[in-house]
Amino acid sequence: MAKQRVVVVGGGLGGLWATLRLAEAGHSVDLFSMFQVKRSHSCCAQGGINAVLDIKGQHDSIEQHITDTIKGGDYLGDQPPIKTMCQDAPGLVHTYDRMGVTFSRTPEGIMDQRLFGGVKNRRTCFAGATTGAQLLYGIDEQVRAHEGGGRVRKLEFWEFLSLVLDDQGVCRGVAALNVRNMKVETFRADVVLLATGGAGLIWGRSTMSTNCTGAAAARAYQQGAKFANGEFAQFHPTAMKGHDKLRLMSEACRGEGGRIWVPRKAGDTRLGRDIPENERFYFLEEWYPAYGNTSPRDVASRAIVRVTRHMGLGVRGQDIVYLDLTHKSREFLEARLGGILDMYQTFAGVDPYTNPMEVFPSMHYTMGGLWVGFDKDGQTGGMARISPKNHATSVPGLYACGECDFAYHGANRLGANSLLSASFSGRVAGDAAAAYLKNLKSGCDKVPDSVYDAERQRQAEINQALLARTGGENASTLHHQLGELMQQYVFVERDNAGLDKALAGIAELKERGRKISLDDKGNWSNQSLPWARQVQDMIVLGEVMTKCARLRDECRGSHYKAEFELKQPEGKFAGDPEYEAYTEKWKANNERWLKHSIATHTPAGPQVEYWPVDSSVMPPTKPRDYR
Amino acid sequence: MDKVIHFKIKRQDGPNSQPYWEEFKMPYAPQHNVISALLYLREHPVNTRGQRVAPVAWESNCMEEVCGACSMLVNGVPRQACAALVDDLEQPIVLEPLTKFPIIRDLAVDRQKMFDALIRVKAWVPLDGSQDVHEPAPRISPADQALRYVYSRCMTCGCCMEACPQYHDHSDFIGPALFGQVALHNSHPTGGFFKADRLHALMDPGGIAGCGNAQNCFKVCPKDIPLTHAIGELGRQTTVQWLRDLLMK
Ligand SMILES: Cc1cc2nc3c(=O)[nH]c(=O)nc-3n(C[C@H](O)[C@H](O)[C@H](O)COP(=O)(O)OP(=O)(O)OC[C@H]3O[C@@H](n4cnc5c(N)ncnc54)[C@H](O)[C@@H]3O)c2cc1C
Ligand code: SF4
Ligand code: SF4
Ligand code: FES
Repeated sequence: MAKQRVVVVGGGLGGLWATLRLAEAGHSVDLFSMFQVKRSHSCCAQGGINAVLDIKGQHDSIEQHITDTIKGGDYLGDQPPIKTMCQDAPGLVHTYDRMGVTFSRTPEGIMDQRLFGGVKNRRTCFAGATTGAQLLYGIDEQVRAHEGGGRVRKLEFWEFLSLVLDDQGVCRGVAALNVRNMKVETFRADVVLLATGGAGLIWGRSTMSTNCTGAAAARAYQQGAKFANGEFAQFHPTAMKGHDKLRLMSEACRGEGGRIWVPRKAGDTRLGRDIPENERFYFLEEWYPAYGNTSPRDVASRAIVRVTRHMGLGVRGQDIVYLDLTHKSREFLEARLGGILDMYQTFAGVDPYTNPMEVFPSMHYTMGGLWVGFDKDGQTGGMARISPKNHATSVPGLYACGECDFAYHGANRLGANSLLSASFSGRVAGDAAAAYLKNLKSGCDKVPDSVYDAERQRQAEINQALLARTGGENASTLHHQLGELMQQYVFVERDNAGLDKALAGIAELKERGRKISLDDKGNWSNQSLPWARQVQDMIVLGEVMTKCARLRDECRGSHYKAEFELKQPEGKFAGDPEYEAYTEKWKANNERWLKHSIATHTPAGPQVEYWPVDSSVMPPTKPRDYR
Repeated sequence: MDKVIHFKIKRQDGPNSQPYWEEFKMPYAPQHNVISALLYLREHPVNTRGQRVAPVAWESNCMEEVCGACSMLVNGVPRQACAALVDDLEQPIVLEPLTKFPIIRDLAVDRQKMFDALIRVKAWVPLDGSQDVHEPAPRISPADQALRYVYSRCMTCGCCMEACPQYHDHSDFIGPALFGQVALHNSHPTGGFFKADRLHALMDPGGIAGCGNAQNCFKVCPKDIPLTHAIGELGRQTTVQWLRDLLMK
């Protein structure tokens, strides 16, 4: 067989890990990215990465990390991969440490660990306030060493457009757009990995980088890859407002004593700092006295939506609440939250030491993504460490890893678990692709040129049609409208009437998307063209997410429909007949809904079916009880 | 239009075209930064003469000054445009591409040579593979970590290169950012094993001798990376290396 060829699309943590593993295994890798990989969205993560090192005498354990991850995801995550990820996490962060990542240290010079949301133990390794950037740089440098050695060829400023599938439906390469000279080319590959990140832009604006459109996953989906659990998206309660991006104000603000409030008088026009104490409504403290301002993400997000949209008490009548730290001393705030508050000052132009900050929930993370499989290790009950089944999508020869896949986080992800899953899944997917290559009978060199020519032609024609059209719709306008629908109806609270409206709106946008015309007709570095295509693909993926949300009539993790909430009977406990009846309902609901929703593309829209979840590590036997 | 945001943008259709100025006015809204305003103009690309034109080309990703993509000259200063708040800027806001790198189009430039230089100076910690070696990495004191952390925040944005008088088309000077990266990797317990390789790269033509010590680089770095400190430190390290090489001959 001719020398085997590998394509990796995406150079965030997921794609770089996969590339590194493949290069180490002796393969030559073509690494595609829309821009220099060092600028990938992974660099935005601030908080940290989870791994049980148990350095604080808390008797933290890997079992506990597994339990927290499974329960955090409301049991919707396949458990064998979760188990193996948690087991391998300590070795993974030590490898990052060996790469020279500047992790924060204890006085003894070992990696320090801090507390993060949703867990009891200090389990999160961090590098100042820029953990994501530091991890990304660490792995980027390792890949650069292989680039220097000739194993890795970077194709930066190339945008993946489509898969090249042979007549058996096997993935044999990709078509990509050179975003400088605007030419489409195809690249032969024996195996293709997608590591193209999250899809926050479908909500218009999010905490994610502005390139996180999900378009690449949408393209694979439209060519037959199954998309799983699309309805599950995490909304962070406290993000800044912004024209371009909703910048994250870390949970640490509330952890350090930040209070959330709105003026008691609707439409109060005074500045926040001028509103006297007795005219402030600390709704989280009033509604949830036990947790108050540190209520979990989903509870806080829903409360904020209730107070603004249902009660009309948002600041200046808008979707805004105050996150207030002004009662804390400047010295305290500088020491504990300096970096975050500087960011608020920079981007809002308002001093958060003397003014309450203006925030609102924002789309933050896509738990759903391309469906990928795993190979269960019968001996350990975990995932087999090396197998071509791991991270394989439903399209033969196509793998996916990082935020664009659906694995590990179930219905909700724990803080600091996704830098872990992006890295770990990249490593596993790289090894899996290498295993696939070993078994591959017939390589892409046997695929006739005509297959590649046809795909190139098809993509070039789409571009030409876009360039030729005049007087049509504006891509950015459609994008805003998609975002408005998603923000309104596919947000922290959902109901079926609203979701139906969203689906109708999306159907209309899809239609109008076919009429987009461009303000730039040029053939050099034309940024309007890829953007128009991304917007069309976002509409397609938005439809999948909305449809899956419409169909899932229950509350699970981040997906909340009040109509279907199973309420724990107040003051009743196990043994009480009311509680037992509730437990029965809970079991019946799991019977119906503890399943992955799996969307398949058809010309008429997504077809959704339900696949079982592998709960073999920790089967759900009784409901969670936080009382 | 009542209150407006007024831009004067230096445009260039391609690497070999002539540059020209184009002005845009858009409705004022509070809390715009330069990139969010460019996003508005992408949707409404109408210049002050009322012509609908091709939207301005630029680069940006993170919108929070960590990815390094959006470097340009904002009112003459090299900086991250996403962190340049309109309310803080004098109008018309003048946007120009960085001048030390080949122009792709409008405000987008080609910074590939910075990344190539990272290969040249071997800016990484060599590993025997990314597998778990079942042994932790060497310990690093909090003080050393703190210094390394400062260097490790370099986002290869190019602002320092723009400000450096020695870095230009007709010179092979490697540029200030690379000194920070060599200092970073030389200071790592195992990265330091390969110190000599990096120092030799800096002793080659275009290396550290090219620095005229003007200190402009440090002043513009959005991450406050102490580049002049790195240059001083590497000056010493290269001298020691030079002596060592002599003795080894
Ligand atoms: C503000 C913020 C803070 C966060 N903080 C944390 C944290 O503290 N801890 C934690 O665990 N997680 C955190 N996360 C989540 C975490 O950062 C991401 O889930 C993770 O970095 C995703 O990595 P990735 O490799 O999958 O994708 P990315 O880093 O997004 O990389 C995607 C890559 O794909 C490429 N690409 C995409 N489409 C195409 C295409 N069509 N053609 C070519 N290339 C393409 C891009 O160029 C890029 O290189 C945070 C997220 C946000 C938004
Ligand atoms: S100190 Fe050296 S590197 Fe920095 S600006 Fe001056 S000449 Fe350039
Ligand atoms: S040293 Fe500073 S200015 Fe220079 S590239 Fe790095 S971050 Fe940018
Ligand atoms: S867009 Fe990332 S630094 Fe400005």
